[in-house]
Amino acid sequence: MSWWTSPATETQISHGDRFWLYVLVAIIMLFLVIPTLIVIPMSFSDSQYLEFPPEQWSLRWYGEYFDSTKWMRATVTSLQVGFLTLLVATPLGTMAAYALFVSGHRFAKSIFLLLITPMIVPVILIAIGAFYAFGRMGINNSITGLVLAHTAMATPLVMIVITAALRSYDLNQERVARSLGATRIKAFFTVTLPQIKFSVVTAGLLSFLTSFDEVIIAIFVSGGNNATLTKHMFAALRDFIDPTIAAISTIMVGISTALLLAIQFVGSKKK
Amino acid sequence: MPVSPDIEKSSLHSQELQSQKKREEWMLLGLSLPAIFVIALVVILPVGWLFYLSFVDSQGSFSFEHYQKMVEYKSYARVFIATFKVSALTTLICVALGYPIAYFLAALPSRWSGIFMLAVLLPFWTSLLVRTYAWLVLLQRKGLLNDLAIQIGLWDSPVKLVHNMTGTLIGMAHIMLPFLVLPLYGAMKKIEPDMMQAASNLGASPVRAFCSIYLPLSVSGLAAGSLIVFVLCLGFYVTPAVLGGGRVVMVATQITAILEHQFDWGAASALGVVLLLATVLVLYLAGRFFKFDTALFGKR
Repeated sequence: MSWWTSPATETQISHGDRFWLYVLVAIIMLFLVIPTLIVIPMSFSDSQYLEFPPEQWSLRWYGEYFDSTKWMRATVTSLQVGFLTLLVATPLGTMAAYALFVSGHRFAKSIFLLLITPMIVPVILIAIGAFYAFGRMGINNSITGLVLAHTAMATPLVMIVITAALRSYDLNQERVARSLGATRIKAFFTVTLPQIKFSVVTAGLLSFLTSFDEVIIAIFVSGGNNATLTKHMFAALRDFIDPTIAAISTIMVGISTALLLAIQFVGSKKK
Repeated sequence: MPVSPDIEKSSLHSQELQSQKKREEWMLLGLSLPAIFVIALVVILPVGWLFYLSFVDSQGSFSFEHYQKMVEYKSYARVFIATFKVSALTTLICVALGYPIAYFLAALPSRWSGIFMLAVLLPFWTSLLVRTYAWLVLLQRKGLLNDLAIQIGLWDSPVKLVHNMTGTLIGMAHIMLPFLVLPLYGAMKKIEPDMMQAASNLGASPVRAFCSIYLPLSVSGLAAGSLIVFVLCLGFYVTPAVLGGGRVVMVATQITAILEHQFDWGAASALGVVLLLATVLVLYLAGRFFKFDTALFGKR
């Protein structure tokens, strides 16, 4: 077998010599992928009990999901909050990233650090803090509160994506535009933005997903008619295992896969 | 020599330019105000308030009561030890599983690595709740894993794999693994293949070349990844709450328990403050060893 004996690395180890590595990697990759995908076949089972492989196939649990006002309402809330978070966090994060990147002010670095605190502070602490603060402001269990909290979580991610994009972009182009008479705003929108637009789209999708998948803050600050999908799912997982969750999980995997593919696609366009 | 009026004028001009530049810098900083406002409102002020609450006792006066309890009560020590243990073990498992994967991916030509990378990115992008749920099902008494193990004769009767430490560690390692692989992969991609070749040409055995060239060069990525995993584990809530089945009490689960059962904001806040300080301390210590910037902005 020529592949088996051909060198695989610069140190002339052959593929055969390190076949053990391929086996090991295959096992670890199965460990990574199987739990992500197993919910899909499970969701099409006909049984009350979670069995794998299912003995009989059916769409029963999807029926349960779509017929349940509780789950439907939660889905609408999650989508709504995710979309609003995207709409708020993307411009907020982009503005801040641009400002801090372009301004050579000595505070710029400190402000950047301040703005990425949501990534450093443990989420549980943010959750109880927001619960307390929103209680004072009377916006617990409201869409406004959730969007506000999720925007705070998504903005640092947007900033990091946009800052990375600005780093690989030549800012002189904007200077040229301005020296030719464009205002800073016009130069940004006509010269800079078109060149970082794929990163802006990526950042937007990331903010949606951040909100849509967020659990801990939602457990605390969402409730009643405005409880999110993740809050109901968490409660269901703690109390009893209902196969409806498998159907919902499959839909969620579908949504994240679609977004992942969209981002990969956007990323490949960038090059 | 008399100062020529021209020079005077231009220095005035440059002063004017200087102040204009300052003004513009401030204006630009102003663009970050909306973001600052939201993050201050949701994160900084409330966390500051919790910090304050942690120093107020039930009578409303300043005290170290909540912190004293943490030192005196054994139950708190148990929570801290469990948190540290789970975080450290999860990090170790991730290192053991993540290094081979990252090594394999980094050595592949880019058209293949893109495809195999999906195995890491797919779980990374999938909701943590979905993955926790999947493990709950896989690990249960009549789950796939028990069935499989009995079939191939690993053990005879179903073993309890979930609602305990084992389940928590498996679930957390699965959720954290991509956080370790991605920075590690980034560091490995930067290693020049020529260096391994040179080592080999100079007579080093493959193992020797790996140990004295590749491993040291990948350590920065490994450190960055392990650190992210460890810090994220410290504050983990969902997975231990579901897969631990109440038997694995970490700081985050304890905080919610205190709020749910005792409504004791002071005690919950104090625990949160300790968690935050531990996180910041780990990050600070690590920041002295390697640059954060590269971990955050390193090219993927």
